[in-house]
This record gives sequence, structure tokens and C-alpha cells, in this order.
Amino acid sequence: MLPSDLKPELFKNYPPEAREVVTRHIPALQGLPLSILPSLLREVIDYDFKFPAERKAVDRELANLKAISSDESAVWFAGFAKIKLNSALEDLDWINSPALFVEQLSAYLWTTHQLDAFRVAAVDYAARLEKAAPPVKPVIPRLGIAVIGQGVATPEEPLFRKLRAHGAYFNRIKPENGLRLLLSAVAVRATAHPEPYGHWYIDGGKAAEHDPVLTTVSYGDLEPARTALLRKMREEIDRPGMGPEALRTILAKLRPADLGLGTGDEVLNRFQIRLLTEGSGTQIFSTTFAQWAGRETLRRAQPLTLLVRFAPRQRQKPMNELLSANNDQIEFDPMGSLVDADMGAYYNWLNQQRLPGAEQSSFLVWFEDHGEALAIGPSMPRGTESASTADLAQVLSWMT
Amino acid sequence: MAYGNFLPAKMTPREAAWQLACNRRDFLRAATGAVLGSALMGPFARAVTLPKRRKAVVITFGGGARDQETFAPEGQENIPHLMRELIPQSTFFTQVVNRGILGHYVATASLATGVYETINNFASLPPEHPTAFEYFRKDLKRPSSDAWVVAPSNGFNRIGESSHRSYGSGLGARVLLPKHLLTAATSGGRDYQHLLRDNYETPFYAPELGGSEVELNQLEEILKLSVDEFKAHARTLSSPDELSVYIARQLMRQVAPSLLWITMHDIDIAHAGAYSLYIDGIRRTDRLCAEIWKAIESEPEYAGNTTMFILPDFGRDSDDDSGGNGFQHHRTGDTLSRTTWMMAMGAGVREGVVFDRAVDSTDLVPTLGSMLGFSASLAQGKPIHELL
Repeated sequence: MLPSDLKPELFKNYPPEAREVVTRHIPALQGLPLSILPSLLREVIDYDFKFPAERKAVDRELANLKAISSDESAVWFAGFAKIKLNSALEDLDWINSPALFVEQLSAYLWTTHQLDAFRVAAVDYAARLEKAAPPVKPVIPRLGIAVIGQGVATPEEPLFRKLRAHGAYFNRIKPENGLRLLLSAVAVRATAHPEPYGHWYIDGGKAAEHDPVLTTVSYGDLEPARTALLRKMREEIDRPGMGPEALRTILAKLRPADLGLGTGDEVLNRFQIRLLTEGSGTQIFSTTFAQWAGRETLRRAQPLTLLVRFAPRQRQKPMNELLSANNDQIEFDPMGSLVDADMGAYYNWLNQQRLPGAEQSSFLVWFEDHGEALAIGPSMPRGTESASTADLAQVLSWMT
Repeated sequence: MAYGNFLPAKMTPREAAWQLACNRRDFLRAATGAVLGSALMGPFARAVTLPKRRKAVVITFGGGARDQETFAPEGQENIPHLMRELIPQSTFFTQVVNRGILGHYVATASLATGVYETINNFASLPPEHPTAFEYFRKDLKRPSSDAWVVAPSNGFNRIGESSHRSYGSGLGARVLLPKHLLTAATSGGRDYQHLLRDNYETPFYAPELGGSEVELNQLEEILKLSVDEFKAHARTLSSPDELSVYIARQLMRQVAPSLLWITMHDIDIAHAGAYSLYIDGIRRTDRLCAEIWKAIESEPEYAGNTTMFILPDFGRDSDDDSGGNGFQHHRTGDTLSRTTWMMAMGAGVREGVVFDRAVDSTDLVPTLGSMLGFSASLAQGKPIHELL
């Protein structure tokens, strides 16, 4: 099957909205090289379960494909057209299993030393698309918040080292009611600028009390799903002939109901399942979960507001302890988790700055229940320190 | 953009790799006083003490660490032993480029063959091209006891011997998988699956064994180590790499192979996404490299006639590439994940010298060949003349 063979009836297994979207654009899709088309279909097939920002991105991209001429299309996709594929890839059911195709394409590109050429083609295409159909800027400047260090009395190393050059460091923050102040502030933003999946609260432990206007994901609340997933993975691994690729394919097919998330918001439930099935380490370490959830929320939902609170992860026991008896009890590692979260906060900021409107975005990281914080934004002087006494609400008011 | 986000490159990959190399050189110069190779201020090569046979020990600094956590000023606190003890004694190459597949098994196989292998990273398959061990044993007519691999995970059990028809069967290295031995030694007891997690890239999967790895019943015969001693010592160690180094030292003491390859892997815990554990892995690997060098210097069979190489199989993703997730993985194929370093020290190697020119990962095997006296005739790489 080649792109030129596309027909509307081939998409009969797509969910309703995805089917409607793709069949409106078949002539434009027929001209794309096979090295890139399944990547686009991978996004389209999940259209019904995507966040609004992702839907807009798919719409924007398809509309652009429809708008450009066949000659322009040939220029835009020249790099992809040069990628040489094999018949095994061409024979895959890439219409109904585009993700599987992309996974196998990735391995094939590595093996045939075509990965660099593919990257060049992708960078070129992204630049053209951004120029022709620029992404929409947010209605208000984005605000990111990271709360780190839960359970740590005194850090062993200076905090926020990677972020200090970008903002103002405060060391006399009044910590009282800090988390409540932050959650209230993000709820106020969510109420004032309502947007579906626009304002998020992610917690690496159990979610604290918060306004339901916020879209919320927490590691603690997902414990039954995590347990079910680990059990399922173990069962699959024990089956003869099971390998990493096959396991990934099985995990990719899991639906919320398979892990006990059968009711409620289907879009959010699917997002949470993907955090657990696609994220490496998210099933085991809460700090990894919080960082990855923040990354994926920013990449996919492009929120106006994102508060990520890191919590202590389980301690990685050294080999000698694992070899000794009575090692089943889970212990926590607050100090190691602080190091993880400090880096995670940096990554959250980096990922926020990759979104449209970055020059107006703000970011706050706070050492929970302590007086240290760092604020980044257009109004905050870079690489400075402040000994001003203030609570977090005041700092937020200076930032936004 | 629906294909993962790619940042427009500010430099070509070649320019970026060169910049990375220059940064490394500057970091080293500032921290250790090492000099640029062309200046040759310290042309003091360690003499090879004859008539003992020349030996080589290769350590892969696995599973890859970035400059910002190692050689950059903010990372040097994590590698005190490399910085203060080993680099001043070594010839250091700041730009070792891996142009192959960035999976640990296939990349290590490429290092061992001098050819960019394309085998499935997660399958129990031998390299397709002859390994250094096969060239070494066939050309120099050495017994199997003279070439050994100590590797962390079951997935490396085929690394010692290729499927090449002119080499292969019976000509490879013997392979020790310490974690596999530990599994066997503790069988019938508790469930050690979590401890013996085989591969951080696919943490829930362990390939089936098959190959010429040493079995538990050979422990006493080869290493002069009873199962009880082995288990007791394992209980004092904190990580699989510590276990590998313990076994390697035992091997050096009891068998003294001329070609010994030790693959470290603790750093690859980074795949679990916990930055603190990744840093712990770097610090541990740094310490273990120094321990191996001390063992070389203290073992009569090795002291004075051994060249040690330390190099990562590849790096990790940059924070700047939105297609990855920073330190966690090595999936983007960006310049940072492809451009690593190598240090060589000991017999015949000049001390305190830095070279910036790009060398290739596949150059290692031909270099070993020139040093030890075998011809890596099917390798893609070239001997590194600065070491010869």
C-alpha cells in the first residue's frame, strides 16, 4: 500500500471525528511520501481523544497541506521523498497501525543510517510549517510552577542552580500556607480565563485539596492503575517469545478500562494511561512521573497554567540490601527526590519555553515549606538575588 | 508539527561536535593542566616492561554520561578520580564520534568489532563482524583463557564471538555475566528479579541466554571462588557494576587474560528518569575505573605492561533537543549523544596529552590490533596513530 492508493473507505476503522477529518484531506495526503505520512496519521487516528491544542495543530497542518500546490508539496517533502524504505514497511498496515509503522521506521532509519537525513527533513518541514501557519499565541502569558523538596529539612546542595541565571532568587519567602496560596492563584487564573485543559495541577503524591476547575493528575490516585499495569507487564514478559518490541505494542493497545480507568473523562484517562505506558520509569518513581507528566502536558495540552508538585519517590535500594532478607518494605528518598525534582523543574521550564508566547511566560520554583524560591519572567531581573520578605502570592503578583 | 519537535540546528553536526571537543579540552586544561597533543609538552610514554606480554583492558563507561555531569566545570565534582588521578596519566581524545545505532548492546558490539553493527539491540544475537577477541586469538594463536569479557547484563552474552564464517565459533572471548552468576547462585531463594533487572533501556525484559558465558559451576574452577564466597561478597556490594569489578579483579588475579573487556552499566539507570540515581551511577563508575587502574598497577601480571582504555559507548541526549527528555535517554541521535571521549593510559601511552581531532568509535579495535599485534582486517576504523 502506497499513499497514492488512499481511499476514504480505507479509514472505516478510524474513530468518527478522525475519519471525518482524514477523509476531507485525502487528495493532499496522497502526495506525501510514505516515510512521513504514517507519522501524520498517528496523530490523526487519535483525534477524537486529543486535547484542543493538539486538534488545532492537526487541523492547521492538514489545512496547510490542502492549501499548498503539488509542486510546493514536492519541495516541502523532498527530504522525506529521498528516504529509502523497504517492502516490509510498505506492506505494513500503516493506515490502521500508524504508530507501529513509526516505531519500525525508527528502527529501520537507525539501521540504514538514514536517521540524520530524516532529522534534516523533519527540521526543514517544521520550519516551513511554522512560517506558513504560525502557531497561535496563548490568550494570557503562560505560568509554570514547580514545588519541590517535600519532606527535606536542609538540602545538601544549593537549589535551582540551572535556573538561577534566568531569574530572581528569593531566600526569605514566607512559607506559611505556600501550597494553598499557589493552588488558589492557579484556580483564580483558571476561573478568569476558562479553557478546556488549559489549567493543570499535577502531583507526584496525593493531590492536595484544590479547585475542581483545574485538570488534575496525581501519582497517588493512579496507584491502582500502576499496580495493574505492572502486573500485566510481568504476565506478558513471562510469556514465551515475548520481546521488548512486542511488549511495547501490547502496551500501546491498552485502553483506560484495561487498567481500571473506565469511567470519567476519556481524553484525560487516555492521557494518563499514556503517561504510564510510554513513560520510562513513570510506573516506579514518582519524581519521574511528575516530570514526565509535566513534559507531556506542556507538549500536548499546551496549558496556560501548570503547577507540578514533586513528592518523595521510593528509595532505590542498593544491591546488598536487596540481597538481604526483609526488603519488601518501600522506603522513601526525600533527598534524592529533591535532586530529581530540581532537575525536573528545570526541564519543566525548558519545555514551557518551547511553546508559543515563551517571551511572555513566567515560571516559579519553590522549595516546599521553606524560604527559597526562584522566579523567572519578563518582569523578573535575571541572575539576581532578593532578600525581600514576601509570601508566594506577592511573588506571583510581581511575576504576572 | 506532528513528528516530535525538532529544534532547528544552530550549527552543523560537524561544527557542534568540534565545539564539544574544544569545550572538553578547555575544561581539562583548566582542571588538570593537560596539554594539547600537538604541543607535546609531556611526551613521556610509559615503557612496556619486557619480556611480559603486552596486555590491554578496555572499560566502557556505561551507559553514557553527558559533559555537563562529567567534564564541564559543574560536572567535575562527579568524576574526581578521572579528573585527579587518571586523566593526568592519560592521553585523552576529546572527540570520539559514534556514527552507529545508539543502543548499548549494538554500540558495544560495534566498539568490539570496529564495524557499525546493525543487529537488533534487544535480541540475543552475536555481532556479524569479527570481534577484537577473535582477531587477537586467531592471529596470535592465543587460548580462550586469554580473552575475556565481563558484562553487566544477560543481553551481552553473545558479545564475545561473532557469527562471521571466517572467525566465530571457538575463537571468541569467554564471557562472564556476574549478575547471571548471582541469579544462579541465589536460585531457590527469594525472587531477585528486581535486583537483576537486566537492561535499563527495557527494564522489564531480559533476553534468554545462549552463548559461551561462564556458568555457575565454573566459578570455582576459573575464579577460585566458592559459590558461598561469591554470595557473601555480593552482599557487601551496592551495585551490579561493583559486582562486575569484583569479578574482573578476581579474573585478573587468577587467569590474567591479555585482553580484558569490562562493560559498566550502572549509569544507565538514567532511563528510569531519576537524576540523582544517574549522578550516583556516574560517581560510582568514576570510582570503579580508578579501582581497576589500581588493580592493574598492583597485579604483577599487569603492572607495567598494560594499556587501559576508558570510553563510553555513546553519550546521552542534550537538554536542548525537544525530541528527547534530556539525560534520561539516548534516542535523538543528536550530536551530544554521538560525540564522546576516550582516555588511554599505561604501557606505551603518553601522559597528560589531549587530542581534539575526531576519531571514530570503530577506531578502537584497529588500535588494539596495532598495540597487541593482530590485524583487524575487516574493521571499518583506522588505528589511532597518536597511541602507537
